[in-house]
Order: sequence, then C-alpha cells, then structure tokens
Amino acid sequence: MTLEELLANAWVRGLVASVLVLTGILVVAAWATWVERRVAGRLQNRIGPNRVGWFGLLQPIADALKLLRKEVLVPDRADRGLFLLAPGLLLFFAMAAIAVVPWGPGLVAADLDIGLLWVLAMSGMMLVPTWIAGWSSNNKYSLVAGMRAAAQGISYEVPLLLSALVPVMLAGSFNLSDIAEAQARDGWYAIWPPGIGLAAFVIYFTTSLAEANRIPFDIPEAESELVAGVSTEYTGIAFGLFQMTEYIHTWLSSAVATLLFLGGWHGPFLGDSWWAGLIWMVLKTSVLFVSIMLLRWSLVRLRADQLMRFCWVWLVPISLGLVAATAIWIQVAQGGR
Amino acid sequence: MPTELLVFYVLAAGVVLSTAAMLLPPMGRNPIHSAIALIVSFFFLAGIYALLSAHLLAAVQIIVYAGAVMVLFTFVIMLLNLTPDQIREPRITATTLIGSGLGLFVFGKLLSALALASNGAKSVDLNDGTHATFGSVTEVGRMLYTTFLVPFELVSVLLLVAAVGAVVLAKRSLKYKDRPKKEAPAAHAVAATDHDTHAAH
Repeated sequence: MTLEELLANAWVRGLVASVLVLTGILVVAAWATWVERRVAGRLQNRIGPNRVGWFGLLQPIADALKLLRKEVLVPDRADRGLFLLAPGLLLFFAMAAIAVVPWGPGLVAADLDIGLLWVLAMSGMMLVPTWIAGWSSNNKYSLVAGMRAAAQGISYEVPLLLSALVPVMLAGSFNLSDIAEAQARDGWYAIWPPGIGLAAFVIYFTTSLAEANRIPFDIPEAESELVAGVSTEYTGIAFGLFQMTEYIHTWLSSAVATLLFLGGWHGPFLGDSWWAGLIWMVLKTSVLFVSIMLLRWSLVRLRADQLMRFCWVWLVPISLGLVAATAIWIQVAQGGR
Repeated sequence: MPTELLVFYVLAAGVVLSTAAMLLPPMGRNPIHSAIALIVSFFFLAGIYALLSAHLLAAVQIIVYAGAVMVLFTFVIMLLNLTPDQIREPRITATTLIGSGLGLFVFGKLLSALALASNGAKSVDLNDGTHATFGSVTEVGRMLYTTFLVPFELVSVLLLVAAVGAVVLAKRSLKYKDRPKKEAPAAHAVAATDHDTHAAH
C-alpha cells in the first residue's frame, strides 16, 4: 500500500492531520513563552532569557521539564476530581478550536462548514473549565477570578460574534477556508468595505484579547489583586497547562483574525502553493501575536466595571451597527447577492 | 452504516449516562457536579445533532446551552451555595407530577413515532443527494426568513421583552430624576448617587 492510498483513507488522514496540528500548536505554545519573555525584556530595557541555548531558545524545554518534575498539589478542601479535570479540559477545548483553522490551501485538520461557529463555540466552552478551576480550588481569589472570567467571557462573546459576522456576510460562508478564499476575490475585509471592515477588525481584535484574557482585559488573573487568578492553587504541569492554553488561545485568536480580515493565506509573492500559504499564514498570525504581546507590556489593566461598560455600552451597539451597515453595503454597493 | 450506528450508540450512551449521573448520587447530590453532568449531556446531544447533519444546530447547542446558559446556571447554583446536607430528600409535589407527566407524554410521542417508522412509514435518507444541504446554515437561514418568518420575528420580540423586563427588575431601585447635574464636581456626584441608591433600597 503506497502512501497516497493510505492517506486516501479518511481515518488515517484525520489521524495524521490531528497529530500534525497538535504537535505544531504545542511547539508554537512552548516558544511563544520565549517570544513573550524576550519581547517583555526588550520593552523593559533588559535582556530577557538568553542563557539556555542560542539566544535562550532552549528555555521553553527547560521550563517544561521543570514543571513536569514538580509535584501537582491539590488543596485540602478542594474538589479533587474537578480540580484536576479543569486544566486538561481547558487544553482540550483550545485544541478542538484549533482543529478547524486552515493554515494554507487544503491544510486543515477538519474542514467544517460551520468552522467559525465551531471556533467560537469551543472558545466559549473554555469558560466552563476556567470557572470550574476557580470554584474547585476552594480559594476566594480563584473563585472571584472564575466569576470574573465567566462574566467577562459571556459579555465579550456578543461583540466577538457580531463583528465576526461582517466577513461571514461578505463571504457568504461560515467556513474559514471559504472566507479566506473569498478575500482573494474581494481583497482584505479589513480594508474593503472601507471603514466597516476596519471597524469590525478592530472590534474583533479587541474582543478576542478579552476572550483570551490578555491585558488590558486580564482582570480574571489580575495579579495585583487576585494572586494569579484561577491558577493560584495550581502547581507543576497543571499550572503549565493554564499557561500553555493562554498562549494557544492567543495564537488561535490571531489566526482567526488573519483568516477573517487579513486575507488568510494569500500574499503578494510566492504564488498559491500550500507552503506559500503556510508561510503567509504563519507570518500574518505572528504579526498579530507579537502585537498582542506589545500591547500587553505597554497598556494598563481596565477595572472590572470599566470593562463591562466598555463592552455593553460601546462594543455591542457598534458591532450591531456594523452588521446592519454590511447588509446595506452588500445590497447597495455589490447589488445584492 | 455501521460506523454511523456505532457513533450514534456512543453518543446516545453518553447522553443517557450523563443525564443519569446528573440526577443520581453521588454526582446528583452535589449541585455543581450535577450542572457539569448536564453540560456533558448537552455535548453528547450536540454530537447527535451533528450526526443528523444539523451542524448549525449542534454549534448553537454548544454556544448557547453548554456555554452561556450553563455558566449562568452554575453562577446561580454557586450563589445559593447549597451543601449536601441542606438538600432535601426528593418529595412528590405538584411540579414533579406535572413535569413527569409532560416527560412521559413526550416519551410516548417518541415511541409512537418509532412504531410508525418501523411500520413502513416514509423514511428520509439524508444521504440521497436531495437533502445534502439539510441542516446547513444556508438552509436553516432560508427557512427562518421564508416559511417561519413570522414566528421567528415574534420570538425575537419575546426575547427583547424578556431582556427589557430583566433590566427593569434589576434596576427598579434606581431613580433617574435624582441624578446629579453634569456640572457638579465628580467626587460629590459619586457620593450623591451612592446615597440616593441606598436610600431607595
């Protein structure tokens, strides 16, 4: 049996694709910690980790080994089962969301028609393990963090979904590959339709920062008031899973924003082959990813009430208006569908 | 067919087991564990929708029920903060009777539908080509905006009324006519608002 015949089997193809995506994303998550620490170092006028390997490139491996060798402590009065279940479940939902993200033409583990909805469903589901972690720790800081994460997550899901509807309406599909392909025809949705697309992109990017609990929206783990948020009581690799999930979630948000607004895997050079697509996709996602990090180290944290007011008073009405404006644009400027 | 059937049995067993876990001890004795079992049950249900090629419904089931509604559920349960010894033994009340009556009615309906189907009633093959778009976003959207437009709009008005009602209930104690003037100093304005709100309580 040749390789082609083997890969023609849907089960084998699915298995290979999942293994590739999982490995790739774990590598990204590990080295994202290195990138973040180096970026933080530069922004704070210091060097950052540079001792393990060239430029500190082996630092993530050292960190992972350290976390793996540490004992996972469970607090005395914690809900043991749920406490240990939460970090794994969190990683599971992050991985499930990543599965439908295409990394180039045809380079997708699961090409779902409802791709975007699946991503939003899975990243919405990540609130549940976060909340469980906060509750089961039996620690007031964790609990407050869990409540904040849930309240913030549910609120920001509304403008997130609404602003993501703008490219969906323009492309006429929820499938992330279709949306990326449609932009080869229509141009980047962040630029065209003028104004509407850019506003939708800014709102999508802002709300996805809130969904991934990044500064300025990281009140669930605000370390000056809540120790370390829901991960306060976690040790060893259980704590490591929380960190890893945060980076996967940030990477996921950047990738989806690229696919929805920045033309996905299409670029001016290198042609249309799958590897060119992969390069453009990773490049664009990395730009967004690093800009999220730059934002983290240059902005301050919002207060919980400011955060909620910003969402419900500004983002929700504006994104509703954008959806209406897109419908009018399609009808007037493009002459309907 | 066997793969599909196997997947269905796994999903169906998941629904039944997680629902049983939700109601029965030891998980059923702890409200939070119960709620989590319900989330798991919603998940398996979404899997069954997906198996019936209703992908949109499956995604909505997860976003709305397993995600948003359940987080609010767990909030309420946690705020009540019931310990196992505070939970009463189940008693038979009017509500339980009505609830089980309705449950039995739906169950009977399902059984009769099953009987009809096995008696050679017209069955639909979802994979025969003509139903290829069944349950897709396009098809559901078309149905909502053509055949079911009026019920759809009525339901959205109903939801709007419910949302307005919730705001009115939550904000009943605020008196907007007592709001401080714009030109008042900021610190004083905040103090005045606090005072008024507390007085209204």
